[in-house]
Amino acid sequence: MATRAVAPTPSDVRGRPRRRRPRRVARWAFLYAGMIVALIVVVAPFAWLLISSVALPVDLLAKPLQWIPEHITFDRFVQLTVGSEPNDQAQGFRSAFMNSMVIASSVTALSLVVGTVAAYAFARLRFPGRSWLILAFMGTYMLPPIALILPLYQIMGALGLRDTPLALILIYSSFVTPFVIWIMRGYISTIPSELDDAARVDGCSRLGALVRVIVPLSAPGLLSTALLAFLMSWDEFLYALILTSTNASKTLPVALNDFIGRYGLDFGLLATGGVIAALPPVVIAFLFQRHIVAGLTAGSVKG
Amino acid sequence: VASQAALARPPRVRSKRPWPETWVAAAFVAPAALVVLLIVIVPLGRALWMSLFHIVLTRPGVEPFVGLGNYIEQLTNPDFWDATGRALFFTVVSTVLELSLGLGLALLMDQPLRFRWLLRSIIILPWALPTIVNALMWRWIDNAEYGSLNALLTQTGIIPEYQPWLSNSDTAMWMIIIADVWKLTPLCAILLLAGLQGVNHEVVEVAQVDGAGPLSLFRHIVLPLIMPVVLVVLVLRTMEAFKVFDIIWIMTHGGPANSTQTIAIYAYQTAYQGFDFGRGAALGYLIALVIMVLAAIYLRLLGRTGR
Repeated sequence: MATRAVAPTPSDVRGRPRRRRPRRVARWAFLYAGMIVALIVVVAPFAWLLISSVALPVDLLAKPLQWIPEHITFDRFVQLTVGSEPNDQAQGFRSAFMNSMVIASSVTALSLVVGTVAAYAFARLRFPGRSWLILAFMGTYMLPPIALILPLYQIMGALGLRDTPLALILIYSSFVTPFVIWIMRGYISTIPSELDDAARVDGCSRLGALVRVIVPLSAPGLLSTALLAFLMSWDEFLYALILTSTNASKTLPVALNDFIGRYGLDFGLLATGGVIAALPPVVIAFLFQRHIVAGLTAGSVKG
Repeated sequence: VASQAALARPPRVRSKRPWPETWVAAAFVAPAALVVLLIVIVPLGRALWMSLFHIVLTRPGVEPFVGLGNYIEQLTNPDFWDATGRALFFTVVSTVLELSLGLGLALLMDQPLRFRWLLRSIIILPWALPTIVNALMWRWIDNAEYGSLNALLTQTGIIPEYQPWLSNSDTAMWMIIIADVWKLTPLCAILLLAGLQGVNHEVVEVAQVDGAGPLSLFRHIVLPLIMPVVLVVLVLRTMEAFKVFDIIWIMTHGGPANSTQTIAIYAYQTAYQGFDFGRGAALGYLIALVIMVLAAIYLRLLGRTGR
């Protein structure tokens, strides 16, 4: 801590002159203590989830609790993922994982295409009703699912789409698309319009300018948006709870909800299911942190 | 520049442009509008219609028109107000905690501390954890017989014996709030940190030279500068918290004794456990009304902070 005061790292952008005074030392001690507490609070629940997923029931159910299990097992991971002869719960879990993958990927692809094209119009073209239309899109994005779920349940039933991945793909796209429009409109606005004007002088259509100039230039924005779209779809629960009933369309959140109902006392299995379900979003967030943070900030704080 | 060129050009010269801008715009917006129209606007209209009838699934075919009856019934029903009160309690407590802890974390991560990269890189993980997994995890931590919270608190001597945190109506809501705060404080911290990084360093340094201590520096310089971001995050969290469903459904199903039954849980139970779709639709509309008021405030604030 004391060396910290004399040797600022390059990341220290606010390199103000510092003197070693007791108050300073107390202040740094306080800040580092805060950081350690924050680290522990963030990590501890994760650690316990991970430990629970590999601990034997003997250790999990011991009193006083055995914090570090004596034996660890990866049997539950094998059973839920690659084990041959899957039982009912493994079968349900695997199909839910696949359904979540298919649905989240389809929603991301569909909303990104449809949303980016619309975002281009909102960022570049002048047309009547432009400003209220984008507000209408944002309004639909913020509508609570509970207000739409009853009619959607009936409509999907009438269309024969209840318990199909397609129903969830369409519904998720309806709230992911406005989000894509919102972020991408902001992003496209930061690209100088001379660039697509130049492309159009060279004979490109509007669509050509969008595909050849704007899309390559907004690749980072598109990546942020795609990742957030995927995470939003992966996380959704209420629509899936009501519109799915079999392995044909149940997603991971619904499968985990079923786990609680059926194997509520098998805490190790619940933890394992949770870890596997959390793996894709957590890995994405960790690897693409900068993009996620940029997307979150652009999506919710900047207009 | 493009708009200046458009103004300078005589309006007749259009031969180079096959489609007027409005048409292009319509074609570009149409696919998105179609998705949203089919999935949101149509059901929204249908929900309004449903909310005007007495539709109980256990009695098919008998669906009398009741006008605003469902709304009046709900607005005079103490259960509705209890659930609204619980949603408000959850919203206020969790939002205040998330915002204040998030601001603290953001200030911490903005300090030139060694290893702050570590905190900055793992802080996103609770946010990335799916809501259902988070709820499941805390349900297990809070378990009455084998939970690690009980183990921790008894082994350190803070409480004498294991407590049924989630099946005690005095503590259940607090446990849900803790789980929610753990997951969403990082989001607030990330957004507020972005706000802090936008603060002009020179302003801060001038104030320091003038002798401002850390507290008055925060109170009089930094806080006013990031106030727009704080307000946006506040309204955003309020909006999300008021319609809370997932985390409560997994952790307590609204129990025990309805002590965690917020308005969205109440609406769900009315529709899918009471099979009363008319009242369920009316409740959905009432919730949507509150959310839309908040959304209007949010968008107005965004319009002000937007660059």
